[in-house]
Amino acid sequence: MPILLAETASASTDSFMLLLAIFVLAVFIGIEVIAKIPPTLHTPLMSGSNAISGITLVGAVMASQLDAGFMSKSLAFAAVTLATINVVGGFMVTHRMLGMFRRKD
Amino acid sequence: MDQLIELAYLAAAVLFILGLKGLTRPKSAVRGNLLGACGMLLAVVVTLMQRGLSFELIGGGVALGAVIGAVFATRVQMTAMPEMVALFNGFGGIASTLVAGVALTQLDTPGKPELIATALSGLIGAVTFTGSLVAWGKLAGVRKLDQIIVPMQHVTNAILLLMCLVMAYGVVNSSEHAVLCYWMLSAVAFVIGVTLVVSIGGADMPVVIALLNSYSGLAAAATGFVLGNTVLIISGSLVGASGLILTQVMCVAMNRSLTNVLFGRMGPKGDGPSADEVYANVKSTTADEVAMLLEVASRVVIVPGYGMAVSQAQHTVSDLRKLLVARQITVDFAIHPVAGRMPGHMNVLLAEADVPYESLREMDEINPTMEQADIAIVLGANDVVNPLARTDPNSPIAGMPIIDVDKARTVVVIKRSLSPGFAGIPNPLFAADNSLMLFADGRQAVQDIIKALNEG
Repeated sequence: MPILLAETASASTDSFMLLLAIFVLAVFIGIEVIAKIPPTLHTPLMSGSNAISGITLVGAVMASQLDAGFMSKSLAFAAVTLATINVVGGFMVTHRMLGMFRRKD
Repeated sequence: MDQLIELAYLAAAVLFILGLKGLTRPKSAVRGNLLGACGMLLAVVVTLMQRGLSFELIGGGVALGAVIGAVFATRVQMTAMPEMVALFNGFGGIASTLVAGVALTQLDTPGKPELIATALSGLIGAVTFTGSLVAWGKLAGVRKLDQIIVPMQHVTNAILLLMCLVMAYGVVNSSEHAVLCYWMLSAVAFVIGVTLVVSIGGADMPVVIALLNSYSGLAAAATGFVLGNTVLIISGSLVGASGLILTQVMCVAMNRSLTNVLFGRMGPKGDGPSADEVYANVKSTTADEVAMLLEVASRVVIVPGYGMAVSQAQHTVSDLRKLLVARQITVDFAIHPVAGRMPGHMNVLLAEADVPYESLREMDEINPTMEQADIAIVLGANDVVNPLARTDPNSPIAGMPIIDVDKARTVVVIKRSLSPGFAGIPNPLFAADNSLMLFADGRQAVQDIIKALNEG
């Protein structure tokens, strides 16, 4: 039994290290991709990336489990709703804003 | 099945990266935004393939959220965009906190890393939520928020943070009370969000909004660690990075450190010249006189600030530009990076009013050419054109890059009064030999100038 526990702990640590590596690399990709943003696009970038941060909707969907208790279901429902507002509102408002930046001639 | 989901997540992550890359170029920005939306759709749809999900619950939440989000997005005025971004940010943050909280009860045997991530998710998400709500309130003009003073701010924040650490310890080490500790942690973090943002002044809002944007991404990434979900981690960290870059751009534009913006106090140091001394020789002018000056000008530079947003003058300013351009006068807009209340605020407003983005010039680009400007019109800007930043090393804004309007042949400052800007110091520009003050509401003043031009 103690051996089994040790094994699960190390498996969990291994996968955590992998996730941590993904996290750090993604931060660097983000910095590289966005580093030379012109000021004109500061607001659209912010609202567009804000919509992407609504990715937590995926987590909210995963939390919406059939066998969950009433409390968990209520919280999951709230999370799905709020994250969807973030996602849908964010992408739509960015699209609307970018429409104004198009050349009108 | 799991591999298929992971592959789809990877595809979604690639779409997000391409989307963000697209958003950094005017030509590809629309496509970039759509790529991001496609990535989101893909990630959510494949998640639905997991077993044991309640589709009623998800469908209901998505339908409700989509309607609310769409209504907000189509109805909001462009001048209210900073509030809107702040509010959406907050929703994303609280959603991450809720998800991590539910996950804590659903994970079978969470390891230490997952539990630490859960605590972080609760902390960052909750701070993002209330911080964004306070920012939203301040931007929407709720004056009461500006009057709230947190007693002994640094001490209070330190104590609150310490309480969070104790609760986080409980989340990680007490399997019995982990859930209770988590919600208490989140509750304290709600308070921290308020105490952090409530004391930050209006002109520092671009930094706060960019920073909260970064936090909402980091909260999502932390939730990704809780669930072992790669797409959350990748997109969360992309957003975290983009928010940090914007935060840094804003801080550099004010020559202040992030710590100074968050915890410092802006204000006159007492040894500077008083307003009466500085404003002894202020010359005021009329719309007719400004119109006469414009008629003989060949190059005009307009410097907009938050005052333009407040008086909703962007469309009138655009009309003035069209009128001048029709008379063969070159018109440029000089945009300071922190003008307004969020990064890029002036650009959005002027774009809404049909001003082509080619005529929106960055500070570094326009400053070397200011001497060739016949007239510089300052509309609702103050600290970002204050020459003290260059000349007085003891000034609170010393070293802040400014737009050198004082080098133009004539400066017209449209302002309601001589009241100081956010830094609380007098602006010698208003009393300079080549400056004229037009005391009026921004939009009214520009309308009067247009009228005078048309009559003359």
